[in-house]
Amino acid sequence: MATVTKTLGLLPRPTAQTGFWSWVTTVDHKRIGIMYLFAALFFFLVGGLEAFFIRLQLMQPDLSVVKASTFNALFTMHATTMIFMAVMPLLAAFMNFLLPLMIGARDVAFPRLNAFSYWNYLLGGLFLNTSWIFAFVKPGSVPDSGWFGYANLTSRQFSDGMGPDFWTLGLLMLGIGTLISGFNFLVTIVNMRAPGMTLMRMPIFVWTTLVTSVLVIFAFPAITVALFMLMFDRTFAANFFNVDSGGMVVFWQHLFWTFGHPEVYILILPAMGIVSEILPTFARKPLFGYSVMVFSSSLIGFMGFTVWSHHMFAVGMGPVVNTIFGLTTMAIAIPTGVKIFNWLATMWGGRVRFTTPMLFALGFIMCFTIGGLSGFMHALPPSNTQQTDTYFIVAHIHYVLIGGSIFAIFGGIYYWFPKMFGRLLSEKLGKWNFWITFIGFNTFAFPFHFLGLYGMPRRVYTYSAGYGWEFWNLVSTIGVFILTAGISLFLINVIATLRKPANAPADPWDARTIEWTIPSPPPVYNFAVVPQITARDHFWYEKYPDGEHGKAKKAKVPAKGGDHGIHMPGQSYMPALVALGIFVLGYGGLFSSVLVASSGFVLILLGVYGWAFEGDGGTVIEAGGEG
Amino acid sequence: MAHEQPHAHAHTEATNTGIDNRKLGFWLFLSSETIFFASLLVAYLIYHGQNGAGPTPKNLFNLPLTSVSTFVLLMSSLAMVLAVFTAQQGQARQSRNWVLATALMGLLFLGFQAYEFNHFFHEGLSLSSSLFGTTFYVLTGFHGAHVAIGVLWLTSVWFYGRKGGLGVDKAGDVEVAGLYWHFVDVVWIVLFTVIYLLEAVQ
Repeated sequence: MATVTKTLGLLPRPTAQTGFWSWVTTVDHKRIGIMYLFAALFFFLVGGLEAFFIRLQLMQPDLSVVKASTFNALFTMHATTMIFMAVMPLLAAFMNFLLPLMIGARDVAFPRLNAFSYWNYLLGGLFLNTSWIFAFVKPGSVPDSGWFGYANLTSRQFSDGMGPDFWTLGLLMLGIGTLISGFNFLVTIVNMRAPGMTLMRMPIFVWTTLVTSVLVIFAFPAITVALFMLMFDRTFAANFFNVDSGGMVVFWQHLFWTFGHPEVYILILPAMGIVSEILPTFARKPLFGYSVMVFSSSLIGFMGFTVWSHHMFAVGMGPVVNTIFGLTTMAIAIPTGVKIFNWLATMWGGRVRFTTPMLFALGFIMCFTIGGLSGFMHALPPSNTQQTDTYFIVAHIHYVLIGGSIFAIFGGIYYWFPKMFGRLLSEKLGKWNFWITFIGFNTFAFPFHFLGLYGMPRRVYTYSAGYGWEFWNLVSTIGVFILTAGISLFLINVIATLRKPANAPADPWDARTIEWTIPSPPPVYNFAVVPQITARDHFWYEKYPDGEHGKAKKAKVPAKGGDHGIHMPGQSYMPALVALGIFVLGYGGLFSSVLVASSGFVLILLGVYGWAFEGDGGTVIEAGGEG
Repeated sequence: MAHEQPHAHAHTEATNTGIDNRKLGFWLFLSSETIFFASLLVAYLIYHGQNGAGPTPKNLFNLPLTSVSTFVLLMSSLAMVLAVFTAQQGQARQSRNWVLATALMGLLFLGFQAYEFNHFFHEGLSLSSSLFGTTFYVLTGFHGAHVAIGVLWLTSVWFYGRKGGLGVDKAGDVEVAGLYWHFVDVVWIVLFTVIYLLEAVQ
């Protein structure tokens, strides 16, 4: 099926369709999405294991399951892993897989760059986690200054191991991938929509991806600069955060949170998009207030850049600054609240089907609202000063990140699994999965509210009896056991389902958006004929021309293409090669080894030149035929 | 069923906005880069005046010299404009020459910067001597690294046109390199104004 055009590159363009090399060299957004999904699930389990040890250590007072220094490494790597290597890439998995399908495109705008993003992510994540191996050789190798890496905990004086270096270099690698995905998705959405797919007809998930990508491209440069500064301070004795020379440690906090607050919207907006796709399908109603949802998402994105200092109310910025950031933070609750009411109104009067995706979406609404309400409490500087650095904050982040993002992600996996793999996950196991996860999560995270209000500080590796913290800590750890059981059911469901024959229909849920018009899983070229979009929820109106109570009509989806064939981009070794070069360069920087660094640099140069000069490659295939 | 397609060029397909994908992607990349340089510039400004025991900007800066190097970089942008223009006009050979001229002027600018860094270092300004040293070297150093990547890129484009020059078919490639080059130039105009000129009027 594939014939490769001549290339100018060092290597001929690869053509493997199956096996290991077909995955390494793939540029297909669907395959890349699937790789994101599995890699992110792997890191999700790694981060979960870290959390498990944290909770074991805190189950009772004065335990010594792990040492204090190990505990610091555990909570640092837990947060870093969950944020950068689990939740963001899980969302990226959906963006990769769904974005072109939802807008009727052949692929993303830059297929090779898309692969490059993935390889940077995977190798960056592995790079950071190899620090655990080096910990056996030398203590202090694992990052242990918290996921925010506050100066000057990360200085040579207070962290003389490789921990902060692993952290800096690893996050820089992950950042490259994320930034490039941001550019790629933006160009795809702005430029590659099918005819008739106007901006206000795009599925809401596409909108939230758009806003998220804008956040990425403007937030990540700030953390990149902060990380470079830290690297210069540590490696070349520069002074950015050196108090002796007049450096200001609060400057780090400002740089970090100008990135860090948009980052939390990067984690939640696509999750909101997923929920906004699931609810209309299972309520059999259009999304309530579509245009308001679009506007709210954009407003949240914009205002996400105006609230960062609410992470710093306790550092003493003064009443004026505190008030301003308190107000902007409260204001951002308005578009968020609007969304919650829109979701409720979407279900109102609908014929709701309580499938597993729907249950997760409902769990999302409930938990996210709880997390949002505690977030709103932090917005008031006086109450924030009470809550900051206590478990109350830990409760908030876990409600918005697990109850919010992760529940939406699970819902999304159940919803789109048939599209991705051609198999429906078991609904029976799915419901068990939901309820046990839901109960486990709340048992685990709700007690944090009480612990916080009783004054238990964050990031302590143990505590003494007698403060009234024993009971709720025990409850929380029991919750983690239940949560673990819930997640295990999910994994069992995925593994069991993947062993079954792929027989899912194109549209198993009676859904509304155009990715359901094509077979499950979609053919490599996505749409045989580029769809002509006539309405928001185009597919729905095609199925039910007489209204939803009328008889469903079989949508006409051409399976055969026209005369021209479809141009498929060629596979390439280069994205993985360049990412490998960056990975090697990272170790070179870590050990200040000129030899390792320059071999990494040579790999990068080879990859970049191979990339630039390998030519277009690619083939033209006939849709529908056996090619 | 597959057959080769002589002009299989994904970029030439019609886009919703009419803007070439590569160009749009590159504009987005540059907008992201502005935040990168803005963050570094903020560091320079908030630490302004923190000279420690080392030399101050007033001791070190040689405004006429840096003005000459700035002029060289500005002229390189002119050469870049001509390179893009001639490529679009189909004057393939001239375009290739202008690309080379741009790269050479970029190289000359880097030479000035190397001289300046070397001179400042011997005057006692280093990365760790003071916050001025730290912020100055990192900010202008990152700009210099961008110029160096630009020179490498332009040299590659020059090499790319070794057969038949850089004609209409390669105008897009020249233009994207040009976008980058102009951006790096604009950043320097801001840095030159804020770092050197504002120092001189104080």
